[in-house]
Amino acid sequence: MKADPIGVLTGAHYLDGDFACGEGAMAAGCRFVAGYPITPSTEVVERISRRFPTMGGTFIQMEDELASMAAVVGGSWTGTKSMTVTSGPGFSLMMENIGLAAMMETPCVVVNVQRGGPSTGLPTMVGQADVMQARWGSHGDYEIIAMSPQSPQEAFDLTIEAFNLSEIYRVPVMFLMDEIVGHMTERVVIPPADEIEVVPRALTGKTPEEFEPYQINGKPTPEFARAGDGYRFHTTGLTHDERGYPEMSVECQERCVRRLLEKITDNADRIVRFEEEATDDAEVVVVTYGITARVARLAIDMARRRGVKVGSVRLIVIWPFAEKLIRELAGKVRALVVPEINYGQLVLEVERCAAGKCAVLPVSHGGGSVHDPAVIAEVIVKAAAEAA
Amino acid sequence: MSKDKVGTRTDFPPTPPEFLPEQQPDHPVTPYLRMERIPHVWCPGCGIGTVVKCFATALERSGADLDKVSVVSGIGCSGRAAGYLKLDGFHTTHGRAIPFATGLKLGRPELEVAVFSGDGDLSGIGGNHFIHAARRNMDLLVILINNFIYGMTGGQNAPTTPLTAKSSTMPFGNFEAPFNIPHLAASCGAPYVARWTCLHIRRLTWAMEEALDRKGFRLIEVIAPCPTLYSRLNKLGTGLNGMRFYHDNAEIRHGADTRELDIDFQKSITCGKFVDEERPTFLDQMNEHYGQVLGEKYVPMSPEGGWLHG
Repeated sequence: MKADPIGVLTGAHYLDGDFACGEGAMAAGCRFVAGYPITPSTEVVERISRRFPTMGGTFIQMEDELASMAAVVGGSWTGTKSMTVTSGPGFSLMMENIGLAAMMETPCVVVNVQRGGPSTGLPTMVGQADVMQARWGSHGDYEIIAMSPQSPQEAFDLTIEAFNLSEIYRVPVMFLMDEIVGHMTERVVIPPADEIEVVPRALTGKTPEEFEPYQINGKPTPEFARAGDGYRFHTTGLTHDERGYPEMSVECQERCVRRLLEKITDNADRIVRFEEEATDDAEVVVVTYGITARVARLAIDMARRRGVKVGSVRLIVIWPFAEKLIRELAGKVRALVVPEINYGQLVLEVERCAAGKCAVLPVSHGGGSVHDPAVIAEVIVKAAAEAA
Repeated sequence: MSKDKVGTRTDFPPTPPEFLPEQQPDHPVTPYLRMERIPHVWCPGCGIGTVVKCFATALERSGADLDKVSVVSGIGCSGRAAGYLKLDGFHTTHGRAIPFATGLKLGRPELEVAVFSGDGDLSGIGGNHFIHAARRNMDLLVILINNFIYGMTGGQNAPTTPLTAKSSTMPFGNFEAPFNIPHLAASCGAPYVARWTCLHIRRLTWAMEEALDRKGFRLIEVIAPCPTLYSRLNKLGTGLNGMRFYHDNAEIRHGADTRELDIDFQKSITCGKFVDEERPTFLDQMNEHYGQVLGEKYVPMSPEGGWLHG
């Protein structure tokens, strides 16, 4: 369906990534946000708390991030699209209830404007070191979706997509911004509401007598009943059967958890999104995401001027990982170069998928700034020379 | 077992019923329970089932639209209550029942949201949420079952364990001062605060019924025996001994100063309704404030929630 016009600020704006993300959430139909202040993410909820009272939305500043995430899971079970916003330390605190959201199959969006870590790290400066935490941060086996925008415009566009994916697959979607995209101000064009496609919460058509909250009937996800509609359903973070009742058995664990994984892995091709450029005859392909993709563009130009055939892949959806793409590329190119603002996280996935078929070279950066493009260019040139 | 000051064990372990659950004659609160989940996990002599029964009776008497009542539990023995009540039920994470319930209430304001959990869950790991929900006067009915111990994990010390009482992690007796739960809630501004034991089933049911009729953060603390752990570790006998103890030592003092409600080991337990005031809730204040400041521009969330119709 089309977006509700009340939440859509149609027009051309000059917005930073945090504000654009907030506008994206409101356009997507988000009407409940619970958050706790943390740099560099706070502007998202500042924007939302100013605009929500004019569109039937409720923002609450909770007492901490544990509460924020728990409230978002609760909020989503009323059918109201819900989101929270945080950065590194707060993201750590949210992990337990992100696991609850995954286990209860609760659609919601968790924005993490990444800063330098570990611990308090670099509160006001950029990092991309939460990529693995976004995927593995809560205990146990589960799958989530994670996306990473490279600009304020994408912060707007992809926030809507994050909500849509969370509705389709009933998973928490991690929206991995970074401090620079969050605080960078650029032109953001917000289309008219009737040009914005949003996925509403699909409510079950079954009667309360027929309804079981985790019965999938051959579909990837179960049908949803919201609190207060007379279904009197039960849901739990415990391993549960189709009725949502706890069942402590090996068989139920297998059924329950495997489905949480497979609803994402079986649909990975539909979810994965990336931008590919000049990879057809490339010797070296640079694999990036977020702000680093924009820095790498300069490095690619520098390497091309030195005669290297360089292509690039920008991952828009980080999780599920673009396995097929990387496997194919690894069979074609001499090297994959992976710059990221951490000491080597997503490069591990690239290595895994390349499986020794080509060289995989990380370009690490501890955080606090973006890479010097010349450093990335140097790795590209060296990779091409060594492989030749 | 030798005689002690609170009595002797008479029927322990109790004889189990000889008929299957589906053959049992209908209990008056059967319609409020998920009978397919019975038998429950609670031990013989545990007080939690009694509190569930009182709550179901209170719901019936209150005339509440049960389709609009959600119950949220955290983790622990009391946390299993949400799994037995035939309502929209949410069994959440340890300590986070109150913020989860806050999300439900704000996401669909017409809901009556009850939190049903234990002392460790709500005042230990969830203590921060408890005080803030009381401060905000979030519209939640909180039933806190206090058995003075972490039961599900095997009898560890709780923030409510009385001084000198033994627990598995305070084997030489507790030396940490416990919370006075009603005072904690009242000092944070809760407009309805009561305490009963699970012996006081009529008064407890009545308090729940009354609280269902009030608004804002309503706290009912229920003192309950844990014969398997707290009573065993402290040589207090069975659940029945616990009931006898409440009978002999509970003192009803409505309107008592909440500062005087500490519970000492095996001393008197002051029960009653301590606070019953009207105070605007979080939603009342939000709606009134935005209405004043923003005028016609203010669009409050619909009572049905801010959901997008498909």
